[in-house]
Amino acid sequence: MIRRKKRGGRDAGTPLGLFRLMKVRLKVWRQEGPNKPGRFETYETPELNPNMSFLEMLDAVNEELIRQGKEPIAFAHDCREGICGTCGITINGQPHGPGKGSATCQIYMRKFRDGETITLEPFRAKAFPVIKDLIVDRSALDRIILRGGFISVRAGSAPDANTIPIPKRTADLAMEAAQCIGCGACAAACPNASAMLFVGAKASHLGLLPQGQPERFSRAAAMAEQMEEEGFGACRAYGACEEACPKEIKLEVISRLNRDFTLALLKGEL
Amino acid sequence: MKLDSKVPPGPLEQKWERRIRDGRLISPANKRRYEIIVAGAGLAGASAAAALSEQGYQVKAFCYHDSPRRAHSIAAQGGINAAKNYQGDGDSVWRLFYDTVKGGDFRSREANVYRLAEVSMKIIDHCVALGVPFAREYGGLLANRSFGGALVSRTFYTRGQTGQQLLLAAYSSLMKEVARGNVKLLPNHEVLDLVVIDGRARGVVARNLITGEIRRDAADAVILATGGYSNVYYLSTSGRASNATAIWRAYRRGAGFANPSFVQIHPTCIPPLGDYQSKLTLMSESLRNDGRIWVPKKPGDKRPPNEIPEEERDYYLERIYPAYGNLTPRDLASRAAKRVCDDGRGVGPNGLGVYLDFSDAIRRLGVQTIKDRYGNLFDMYREITGENAYETPMRIYPAVHYTIGGLWVDYDLMSTIPGLFVLGEANFSDHGANRLGASALMQGLADGYFILPSTIAGYLADIPHDSRPPTDAPEFAEAEEQVRNRLRKLLSIQGRRTVRDFHARLGKILWEHCGMSRNRSGLEKALQAVAALREEFWQDARVPGDEESLNQSLEDAARVADFLELGELIARDALTREESCGCHFREEYQAEGEGLRNDEKFAHVAVWEFQEDGKTPARHEEPLRYEFVKMAARNYK
Ligand SMILES: Cc1cc2nc3c(=O)[nH]c(=O)nc-3n(C[C@H](O)[C@H](O)[C@H](O)COP(=O)(O)OP(=O)(O)OC[C@H]3O[C@@H](n4cnc5c(N)ncnc54)[C@H](O)[C@@H]3O)c2cc1C
Ligand code: SF4
Ligand code: FES
Repeated sequence: MIRRKKRGGRDAGTPLGLFRLMKVRLKVWRQEGPNKPGRFETYETPELNPNMSFLEMLDAVNEELIRQGKEPIAFAHDCREGICGTCGITINGQPHGPGKGSATCQIYMRKFRDGETITLEPFRAKAFPVIKDLIVDRSALDRIILRGGFISVRAGSAPDANTIPIPKRTADLAMEAAQCIGCGACAAACPNASAMLFVGAKASHLGLLPQGQPERFSRAAAMAEQMEEEGFGACRAYGACEEACPKEIKLEVISRLNRDFTLALLKGEL
Repeated sequence: MKLDSKVPPGPLEQKWERRIRDGRLISPANKRRYEIIVAGAGLAGASAAAALSEQGYQVKAFCYHDSPRRAHSIAAQGGINAAKNYQGDGDSVWRLFYDTVKGGDFRSREANVYRLAEVSMKIIDHCVALGVPFAREYGGLLANRSFGGALVSRTFYTRGQTGQQLLLAAYSSLMKEVARGNVKLLPNHEVLDLVVIDGRARGVVARNLITGEIRRDAADAVILATGGYSNVYYLSTSGRASNATAIWRAYRRGAGFANPSFVQIHPTCIPPLGDYQSKLTLMSESLRNDGRIWVPKKPGDKRPPNEIPEEERDYYLERIYPAYGNLTPRDLASRAAKRVCDDGRGVGPNGLGVYLDFSDAIRRLGVQTIKDRYGNLFDMYREITGENAYETPMRIYPAVHYTIGGLWVDYDLMSTIPGLFVLGEANFSDHGANRLGASALMQGLADGYFILPSTIAGYLADIPHDSRPPTDAPEFAEAEEQVRNRLRKLLSIQGRRTVRDFHARLGKILWEHCGMSRNRSGLEKALQAVAALREEFWQDARVPGDEESLNQSLEDAARVADFLELGELIARDALTREESCGCHFREEYQAEGEGLRNDEKFAHVAVWEFQEDGKTPARHEEPLRYEFVKMAARNYK
């Protein structure tokens, strides 16, 4: 059903249905379990359609491994459309790989050259221990939310939704911050392994909205405190997080967080 | 199997109020003594766990994701309906109710649907209070858009990421309760069996997906909010991990399974591209607000779309359904697409596609407006296909998207097993034979935030709060033993074919014979083919690794093994429903291309009762009586 051409070179931008098959070599981090030593192993992929997604490429490699009686490569994924935040591989040193504003599952093989060697590692950060191969434990992010990443209202107690008008611009800004998918790429990209972009995104989302005002300062302070307790580093404004973020969350959210954090200090809400 | 819907008597508008008024109450001091298990933390599960805990019950929340924030609900794009009538365009609770009943082709329970429409308004209020950044107008009030099957604008949205924002809000309220110490969260845990003691749901057996440890948990009531089973078709718009195991295991323990063959096939998805593909991607139905759907009039017309002149295009939805046009309900729109492709007029490399064209809207509104409305969807389309839909029409094709069928529940959302409640996509309620767009989010949150927390007391008040069984009861031991044996058996097959290979073959069988169009001989074939495939699976599947650590292959294998049983039930259900209704189109029952319902014989919910392996399940019926609206042929012309 799809016209196949012979194998050949790079084929970015070719419309669907017309493509050359390709192959790549993978250097993959393999680690059996949490406290086990890890190592890189090299695999040749089968022939690939450049329109395959990166994860579909890994599926194909795993099918081969299983058929050969070997252990498939463990990697996390679910929605495969860049919204659940489950996936996360550091590809050639970049969390989520090449391409701005994309999660790992949104990377397509046409981004790579035929014959290229691609390195795959888990997201690395002190607060993200490796569980197996390319899967890390990101529960630290949930524990940050636990400290106040919510608005305390009970179901059934809210007034009519249109009671408080919200300027469109405010709603739009809140939405931009709210898009964070909790993937942790920001921390993996940061030389200091800081999760400030993640924390700032949540603090901004809720802190911009009128509904989030009552808990605004205590929320910012508590989440930032938890971030530190989890072993994430402090923000030194390198900006690597913004680069890596699949949702293109802006550094502004960190400035907003810092402001709220300072105000929290002044107000004695810390 | 007794199927008592427990719908309260009285006028439609008073039924829900009456259930709440006459419902039993439990004192705050006693609520603390009840423990409830909620399996699933998507919209339905997270909202239920949060609301139950807010009321004072002790809750244990399980999900197989590493965090509740990753449930499949996160992927919903287009929006959520509510009868707010903020647009002043004539909407009302009655109209939302009527649209839903009609959209469902008169195969849902009137009282449930009316309640859903009533509760819809509170959902929006609550979500705004939780900080959902819904789209707004310049004046600061909430904006709306239209969805299929409606002539009013009642859909609330957050760009193309409504499910994400609603789920993150539900997750945040769940986390608030976890922080209070009232909810114990068990992520990375998959529920693999239900424990039934003396006819009541009393607990679950679950596996820690990281360590492989199996645990038993007892409770006063068990809630399943474990999502839909679209992945039985292998290729669907669902997350890869979505599966039927929890509801399938409950079915095997005695819960009735209602209308398993009612599967929604969504008209606007990116067409399948190749055999390597692992899932299909939805392009939100909201695109049909501004996009026009067409194919060339001539079969086999290979010209690029921009070179096909206006008079040689067939805007077939506008032609066949002039009143609703491109906003015709999903089942009709999908079948119409299939028909034009079957006629040889499909577009794209393999002829499986129709155009969704924005050029008129761009001319009328400008590129910027279209970008504001659908920017992220256009980006997604470009990433996947490499094409720019601002310049050339999108190509779309129907794909499996949502399962309307599910475990049978009564008005209180309780299954046929006392103490087992089922919420969200996992149950069968409310959508009849076809779900309208933006109604699943509404149903999930209605079930979780508002309905279950009101109805569950009626059950709990009848059982003493200190009657939770010990987890060393023989029923627990038996369930755990079964779970362990099954996992070991999967690992011991050591055949030649991968699990994925079986899954893909199962999907092909069901898509071909039990998809958009069905007939007796195809369904009979499917019944046999699925049974044969299942047999082959248990002889020739290869599952690597062990059960004592993270093993994704084993997780998949157990889920696919259940799909291989469920697939057969789907075909059987489709075979025995000898009529066409909503998404269920039986070629034998049609007139002029539209399905023909048979209200005399099939105005009922079909509910299946498990017998034992190798025996045909029993089919029961819950009759549907329409007291307040008249059953009519659906007309969107
Ligand atoms: C791409 C897409 C777009 C959609 N867009 C819309 C839309 O715009 N509007 C709309 O109304 N609807 C939409 N829908 C439908 C809607 O998103 C779903 O029906 C709804 O979100 C289902 O919610 P849920 O809570 O029932 O299940 P899910 O969100 O699927 O959650 C299931 C939960 O159960 C857990 N779970 C499952 N099995 C087990 C187990 N055995 N043990 C432990 N935990 C388990 C999972 O971990 C998860 O937490 C869309 C669906 C898709 C696929
Ligand atoms: S801020 Fe961006 S990179 Fe960090 S967790 Fe959120 S989405 Fe991921
Ligand atoms: S798999 Fe969901 S974001 Fe990548």
